[in-house]
Amino acid sequence: MSGTYLGMPAFPEAARQALGDDTLRANLRHATHTIRDKRARAVAELDDWAELREAGKQIKDHTLQHLDIYLLQLEEAVTAAGGTVHWAADAAQANRIVTDLVKATGETEVVKVKSMATQEIELNEHLAAEGITAYETDLAELIVQLGDDRPSHILVPAIHRNRSEIRDIFRDRMGIWGRPAPEGLTDEPAELAEAARLHLREKFLRAKVGISGANFMVAETGTLVVVESEGNGRMCLTLPDTLISVVGIEKVVPTWRDLEVFLQTLPRSSTAERMNPYTSMWTGTADGDGPQNFHLVLLDNGRTDTLADEVGRQALRCIRCSACLNVCPVYERAGGHAYGSVYPGPIGAILTPQLRGTTSEVDASLPYASSLCGACYEVCPVAIDIPEVLVHLRERVVDQGGHQLERAAMSAAAWAFDHPAVLAAGQRMASRTRRLHPSRLPGPGRAWSDSRDLPPVPDMPFRDWWQRQQGEKGDAQ
Amino acid sequence: MRVALFLTCVNDTLYPGTGRAVVRLLNRLGVDVDFPLGQTCCGQPHYNTGYRRQAEPLAHRFADAFADYDAIVTPSGSCGAMVRELYPRMGRRAEAEGRGSSLAEAIAKVVPVTYELTEFLVDILGVTDVGAYFPHKVTYHPTCHGLRSLGLGERPRQLLAAVKGLELMELPGAEECCGFGGTFAMKNADVSASMGRDKVAAAVSTGAAALCTADNSCLMHIGGIIRRQGEDIRPLHIAEILASTEDEPLT
Amino acid sequence: MSDRQQVLDRIRQALGSRPDGEANPVHPVSRTYAHQHGDRTPAETTALLVQTLEEYKATVHRTIPARAAELVARLVAERESAYVIVPPGLPDDLLKLVGCSIERESADLTARRLDTFGSVITGCALAIAETGTIVLDAEPDQGSRKLTLVPDHHICIVYEQQIVGSVPQAVARLSPTRPMTWISGPSASSDIELNRVEGVHGPRHLDVLVVATT
Repeated sequence: MSGTYLGMPAFPEAARQALGDDTLRANLRHATHTIRDKRARAVAELDDWAELREAGKQIKDHTLQHLDIYLLQLEEAVTAAGGTVHWAADAAQANRIVTDLVKATGETEVVKVKSMATQEIELNEHLAAEGITAYETDLAELIVQLGDDRPSHILVPAIHRNRSEIRDIFRDRMGIWGRPAPEGLTDEPAELAEAARLHLREKFLRAKVGISGANFMVAETGTLVVVESEGNGRMCLTLPDTLISVVGIEKVVPTWRDLEVFLQTLPRSSTAERMNPYTSMWTGTADGDGPQNFHLVLLDNGRTDTLADEVGRQALRCIRCSACLNVCPVYERAGGHAYGSVYPGPIGAILTPQLRGTTSEVDASLPYASSLCGACYEVCPVAIDIPEVLVHLRERVVDQGGHQLERAAMSAAAWAFDHPAVLAAGQRMASRTRRLHPSRLPGPGRAWSDSRDLPPVPDMPFRDWWQRQQGEKGDAQ
Repeated sequence: MRVALFLTCVNDTLYPGTGRAVVRLLNRLGVDVDFPLGQTCCGQPHYNTGYRRQAEPLAHRFADAFADYDAIVTPSGSCGAMVRELYPRMGRRAEAEGRGSSLAEAIAKVVPVTYELTEFLVDILGVTDVGAYFPHKVTYHPTCHGLRSLGLGERPRQLLAAVKGLELMELPGAEECCGFGGTFAMKNADVSASMGRDKVAAAVSTGAAALCTADNSCLMHIGGIIRRQGEDIRPLHIAEILASTEDEPLT
Repeated sequence: MSDRQQVLDRIRQALGSRPDGEANPVHPVSRTYAHQHGDRTPAETTALLVQTLEEYKATVHRTIPARAAELVARLVAERESAYVIVPPGLPDDLLKLVGCSIERESADLTARRLDTFGSVITGCALAIAETGTIVLDAEPDQGSRKLTLVPDHHICIVYEQQIVGSVPQAVARLSPTRPMTWISGPSASSDIELNRVEGVHGPRHLDVLVVATT
């Protein structure tokens, strides 16, 4: 991951700015609260949810434990079915492979299915630099692309936009990219969807190259799976002559049967549907059906670093459903952009610092972008213990230097707490001087007292009351 | 049964009234409770901020201080979760790092007998009606670690519902975090305060006279916002309500 | 070093040493989840499919084999489609009453040409009652994947014996070597304020004929 997110402020500052944007706040609150309740209902329909969740976790853990074996099996199966497999250790190599493949077709435009992996490597920007235009075809991606914006949600990249903002973007920008929006476009969602249908149809019908990611890859058969709603995925996956799929290495599952778990848990967690409208599955190439040239680019780009961390590797179980974003009170307020990466929200806060390290200011602040309330873990369909990984990554930030003042304070507190007499003396000092305590603090303490009063200090700590009371009891006996 | 009160450092220092309420409540229920003076802090602030190694001596201290008791009762969901959920994890991590099993062994005895107060009342003592009296409207906020780490479930509400005179008001969005989150409240003060203000607004909307939780650390944050905004609702720990009787009502 | 070797080496390094005998790992997953949710008679399974399809805005018509052709003709007429495309293996019997021009999919059918057809009529591989899903696997009565994508109106014929209860039952019956499309209702999007709206790029009208077994 690179360019676009360089120079992002640390999370607290970006979140503070977002909190000041009332429209953004209202958009996010409306969308996340709508989907939260629906997800809960969709999940409650299945009385074996806990078992499905456990099975999903086990399948992913088993696969990660044998990742090299399953990737080789996948490569063999895809190749046998007529596809070509490429390996990319990092974003630069993946971009190079895709660019060369597109150039080899002689085409200068491609249609794209929404894909987190290609966002992560900033493929569109690299293609543009090589004179190739990539058209995003997912409705929300289209909104982001037309608006020259950044994605702020895994599933719904334009979640920060409300319907009237979308109408304005379509009206002002569609003409620059192709067919303009219909005259008199209103902000009715159905009309906006119709405008996208008309705008993109021409591009689908003439496309020679499609680029996608994949939700799952089946090692034993070489089958790739794309789960979607609108049909833009089906367009990109079936109409072009050439299909290039860029997929993270952690997306492999061992067997065809394993899909029976994820095809139940993913739609319900993601859009709160029993099943998403369209799922495409293809195995290499098929005579007379779909692209006759199929390339699979297997992407590492920091995933093996994540795999090397025994606590952190559970983040690689993620199936990108975004339930953790939708339920997160911090995401709801900070918005996706504050996370400084294409992976926002709780999963982003544990994935980004592992994929690209904790050296930049924003990346080092991400593990702290959580109150550790655990709502994300509760809804995760593959049981990623996000709070556990967050705390684990905080250790990493501390170990690499952390904040000197905080380290000193933590050490002093740990020492005092290991010496009860020192603690008691401190408590008594606080009680004795309690009338002098202000309700607002200077310096670092302002972080607390800018918005909250301090609790009043009692006239004596509990331990003094206890000892006094025990003494009285003793006297009485 | 030898029962120890694990009060927590926050309660010891800032909320001694909660400690006195727990003692009064347990005594009334016939439980003789001790307060081992060797107790200090469970180490949660260190652990959750990324200072796991600094939390280890505090876990050892906890294990020593409470070694001789059959039950350890704490009026804090998050400190209870620290002991029950995170001490074992710390022990395993220390072993995995090749630093021996001394931590894992030290905590093995205390972890299974550590109970959050409402768990102790409902599961161990088997009571939901503790004979309390509190003639006010109360709304209950389930704090995150009690709710999700310890799985307290309906226990606190069952206890409150049995209090004579108490009218329990449903809190909208009850399971949403209040925004305290330990050092999160300082490191991400703006988001934390925004969450807290929404929690307070939800509580005020119920018309309750008191906002009750089973954790004073969250109440410190929520109460700080209530005082700053001058809201007419009182933050109260559940122990203080359960300790209140017709003879000795909470004022 | 090739990227391939580099990635494989990094994985092996990350995982450390593996016990012997794990080169061909046994997949140890505990599949304690339900094979299907609840017990149903075949009639109840059909009724559930109708309900779940309708909840996702498909239009469902229950019929018997003798009346299917009549119903197909009526649905084409109601949509006012002038041109209808069908897969090569769809039985003529089903199409005999259709009043407009019918073409069968051929190898040289382009997407642009396909866009001129108003309706497409196909069979299916199976349907899943619990989720309201129709699975197409490109058999001759279904045609290629694009056939059911570009026209705005899809009429899909589901015979009662093709209905399974659950996703696991469907997966067990299907062969992934065939290109597949799973369809649950007409094209839709949740991209505007996370609320579902029907009608984006795929067919905006999905008529499902559930044909009773006689």
